[in-house]
Amino acid sequence: MEAKIDTTSPRFSPEALAKAEEIFKRYPPEHREAALMPILHLAQREFGGWLAPEAIEYVAGFMKLAPIRVYEVASFYTMYNLKKVGKYHIQVCTNISCWLCQSDAIVRALERRLQIKVGETTGDGRFTLVEVECLGACVNAPMLQINDDYHENLTPEKVVGLIDQLP
Amino acid sequence: MNQPTPIQIVFKNIHKADSHTLEVYLQGDGYKSMAKALHRTPEEVISEVKASGIRGRGGAGFPAGIKWSFIPKASNKPKYLVCNADEGEPGTCKDRDILRFDPHLLIEGMVIAAYAVGAERGYIYIRGEFFRESQRVEKAIQDAYAGGYLGENILGTGVKFDLAVHLGAGAYVCGEETGLLESLEGKKGQPRVKPPFPANVGLWGGPTVINNVETLASIPAIIEKGGPWYAALGVDKSTGTKIFSVSGQVNRPGNYEVEMGISLRSLVEDYAGGVKGGWDNLKGVIPGGSSSPVLTRTACETVTMDYDNIARAGSMLGSGAVIVMNKSVCLVRAIARISRFYRHESCGQCTPCREGTGWLAQILTRIEAGKGRAGDIELLEELCGNISGKTICALGDAAAMPVAGAIRAFRDEFVFHVEHGRCMVE
Repeated sequence: MEAKIDTTSPRFSPEALAKAEEIFKRYPPEHREAALMPILHLAQREFGGWLAPEAIEYVAGFMKLAPIRVYEVASFYTMYNLKKVGKYHIQVCTNISCWLCQSDAIVRALERRLQIKVGETTGDGRFTLVEVECLGACVNAPMLQINDDYHENLTPEKVVGLIDQLP
Repeated sequence: MNQPTPIQIVFKNIHKADSHTLEVYLQGDGYKSMAKALHRTPEEVISEVKASGIRGRGGAGFPAGIKWSFIPKASNKPKYLVCNADEGEPGTCKDRDILRFDPHLLIEGMVIAAYAVGAERGYIYIRGEFFRESQRVEKAIQDAYAGGYLGENILGTGVKFDLAVHLGAGAYVCGEETGLLESLEGKKGQPRVKPPFPANVGLWGGPTVINNVETLASIPAIIEKGGPWYAALGVDKSTGTKIFSVSGQVNRPGNYEVEMGISLRSLVEDYAGGVKGGWDNLKGVIPGGSSSPVLTRTACETVTMDYDNIARAGSMLGSGAVIVMNKSVCLVRAIARISRFYRHESCGQCTPCREGTGWLAQILTRIEAGKGRAGDIELLEELCGNISGKTICALGDAAAMPVAGAIRAFRDEFVFHVEHGRCMVE
């Protein structure tokens, strides 16, 4: 897009560019900035599951916004990963309803199985384990999210099985 | 124990196979209420909704028809309708079921609402974690466009309404309506100072109505059967049905749609399979999401699930998230967990909330760890007083209420923790 962007920087594939055009159509043309959040989501998907400083710069150029303007949005919302995450981003809800249904045991089972602590990534880069706030599946507690998918009504045994069968 | 036959208005379709598809939705008389509404005047539609008495299902409980009537008729700026699907109040997961199992019901409700207030563009703001749900909704929107239920000339009536999904990215504060608008505009979701209210100055400065998913999904039935029919359900000022997300220590957690005014005990015992260990093992219930003060077992014996009665019992109906705790639970620990949530979610804009939520979490975590100091409980109470009502949005109050409420209802437990350095439950 912008000539000044370093060619070694991340850039959208043709498919992503087509998707971006679809996104812009959702908002009135005079309010193009509204597309920033969906474009950041798209960038995160395109660029390996996280937003490196180069990705933020690229989105800023793409959106014709100042990089700081993009960074302040990316850093405000927890789902934009500003650090690299594993291939499988395991997010365990430990808020009240899940906690009442033994989410602590889910976290412990995962820590044991993956041999990492909450907040860490396995050495092979496959798994990142984090605790998150309520994911809105409280009647099926305890639960967790791996990338885009919810896994509900868990037990420590089920969660180990779930991790083990991931490709 | 037999589950009573629930009345199904919002959940009327969700048990059908492929309930999320347009085909199944149309088989169940889908989009007929919309057609009916589009042949009446916007004023008549608003009157019908006013007559239903339905109050906002997101938590604040403001009458929806009155909210709609605040939209100025003449405006030189475009008007907008926004659906708040940023379901984030801990314990709440009802809107998710509507999004994933009956997206067309929501779309139909939105077209009716948009027509009533004169909005030609709308958004469904879905929390970012509901990615799969958002895919369902996007597919439903596409199908609705193809079927002539959205777009330039809906059902040939000349009515125009464009609808799109806007996905959030993990910020509880965006459930606050002006935080949501900021986020929809592509900014940090920091709530706006009110007034002006969104009805006058909302999305991109235009008059804007923001309604919860469940509220909008109730509209087609109100149009179909009439406001008075809906108002006859429930009790006094809490009309109609409500979906309660019953979670925690019950035998059959779930989302249950019931008439407003049902007793809490019946909801827990007849629907949710009872408290684990039996009713006598009940310790307390958080009746309306994590922001609402916990009710003691004594209060739970008699309270009914309607706005006024729960308020009289010292709590609030909120989003209808009923979190049940039995006697195995350390209340201090539960509240400490909730307070860490608010610390994490404070947007940082107002000092009383930004600093206060940190203090609350820190002191509660200290007490829970057995390192409480003399005066800590009083300090917590003072902090709650210094946060409540002193912030731009209700997040500060939401953080303070559960702490102040828990100390009020279970003071002995907090005192024991501070004095003995351990929990009285174990």
